[in-house]
Amino acid sequence: MTNYLFIECRDPFESKDTQFVAETATALKQRDNEVTVFLVQNGVLAARRNARGSHLSQLAKAGVRLLADDFSLRERGIQAAELLPGIQQSNIDALTDILVRENTKAIWH
Amino acid sequence: MSNKTLTLALMDPPYESANSTTAFRLIAAALQKGINVNVFAYEGAVALPLRTQVPHPNPIKGTTAEEQHHPITSAFISALFEAAAASGAKLDWVNCGMCVDERGATEWVDGVRRGGPGDFAKFARESTNTVVIGTR
Repeated sequence: MTNYLFIECRDPFESKDTQFVAETATALKQRDNEVTVFLVQNGVLAARRNARGSHLSQLAKAGVRLLADDFSLRERGIQAAELLPGIQQSNIDALTDILVRENTKAIWH
Repeated sequence: MSNKTLTLALMDPPYESANSTTAFRLIAAALQKGINVNVFAYEGAVALPLRTQVPHPNPIKGTTAEEQHHPITSAFISALFEAAAASGAKLDWVNCGMCVDERGATEWVDGVRRGGPGDFAKFARESTNTVVIGTR
């Protein structure tokens, strides 16, 4: 089993290619890999509970771990209570720990 | 100090993208944990450590450069080298020589060195992980 880490900085309402991350992360999870999507910068805009058509619900249902950077959330005025179910508030320290875990492949998008 | 090493490839020039801010945060977090960090600055990112950057005033608001206190990327990079010294971790920042020459971006803060894509390949081979932060 490999650990996959997607660092998603793009806003899905601006960049439809965020679907690439959703599809790839789901496919990797279905193949019994450990998959994390870390939302950062405008990537956290999809994490709001009332965001329409967010691809993140699909990822949560697939068992992909979803983390949202606290700094990026604060910059955009998004409170932890506003997050979609299945998304955890996280931070850059946690991202660093995931990055240096053995057998982890990281993709910035 | 950790025996782990993280490599980042950066491509965005200063003041263009939040990618630079996130990269600086990531480098700082890793260094504070004692994780060694390699940076390969490519294309516009070679201007991040330019020592000739200066903060500017805001003539519309009538504020001075000191009052505005604008962040400059070279100061952040100097602070990262200080953080490395404090934690005992190593920060190796390589500016791509060809990109530097194209831009005439040759005056860097202390700690930055000149290199090429071969350095990046070596960094990637020897690192726990590598993240390429490309421009759009």
